[in-house]
Amino acid sequence: MADTNNTENRGPAPSGPPRDNDINAQISGKLRELYDSVREEAIPDRFLDLLEKLDEAEQKSKLAVKK
Amino acid sequence: MSADRSTDGAAAASFKRDMIAALPNLRAFAVSLIGASDKADDLVQDTIMKAWAKQDSFTHGTNIKAWLFTILRNEFYSQMRKRGREVQDSEGTFTERLSVHPEQYGSLDMRDFRRALDTLPEDQREALILVGASGFSYEEASEICGCAVGTIKSRINRGRQKLQEVLYIEGPADYGPDAVSAPVTSQAFVA
Repeated sequence: MADTNNTENRGPAPSGPPRDNDINAQISGKLRELYDSVREEAIPDRFLDLLEKLDEAEQKSKLAVKK
Repeated sequence: MSADRSTDGAAAASFKRDMIAALPNLRAFAVSLIGASDKADDLVQDTIMKAWAKQDSFTHGTNIKAWLFTILRNEFYSQMRKRGREVQDSEGTFTERLSVHPEQYGSLDMRDFRRALDTLPEDQREALILVGASGFSYEEASEICGCAVGTIKSRINRGRQKLQEVLYIEGPADYGPDAVSAPVTSQAFVA
């Protein structure tokens, strides 16, 4: 009886909160790793150029309105 | 608004700066919705133009990242409604990038995870990304998605549960009826 109990206690619980938390932590870690792999890429020039152009166009139209 | 020209200019400059600062996150979110890098960047470009056009509706000092995410998400779903699923990468969202940049994704572990993530319904994947990776609170995510906080929580729970099943119970080899992405990944191994 006592031996059986010991064996049971030694192994990790097959399910329940601790294991779920472990798995959730793993899932969260991987999720972040994946997202960060894109986030850490350099910003493509096309976006910086686009913002520059939008900004210029706006300045010009403001000046035109003032005249 | 009765701001004079110099404060106007300063606000515009800070708007542009804040937008640039938010771009890496915006791209990561776009990729998580669409997959294919070029399509994701097209969506980011549309978002930039939309956001620029309506910058007066942005309250300076509030969360520009959440504001931009909302615009990007609305743009994505309205394009999906108009043009159907062609907007989205048919092979799954993260998997396509795997065949483009296989060297960036080291562990087999990570590939399995990406494919598992692709099997989730869009709303669950989106909620998991917003809260689990983009760092938004449940409240912010619910505002971005236009739904109740409880809905976000339950999507996250269901998403986690499905991921657990796919990754730890079914085993990485079995993706059930959603196994569309498997052939692409095998190509990546060969290439």
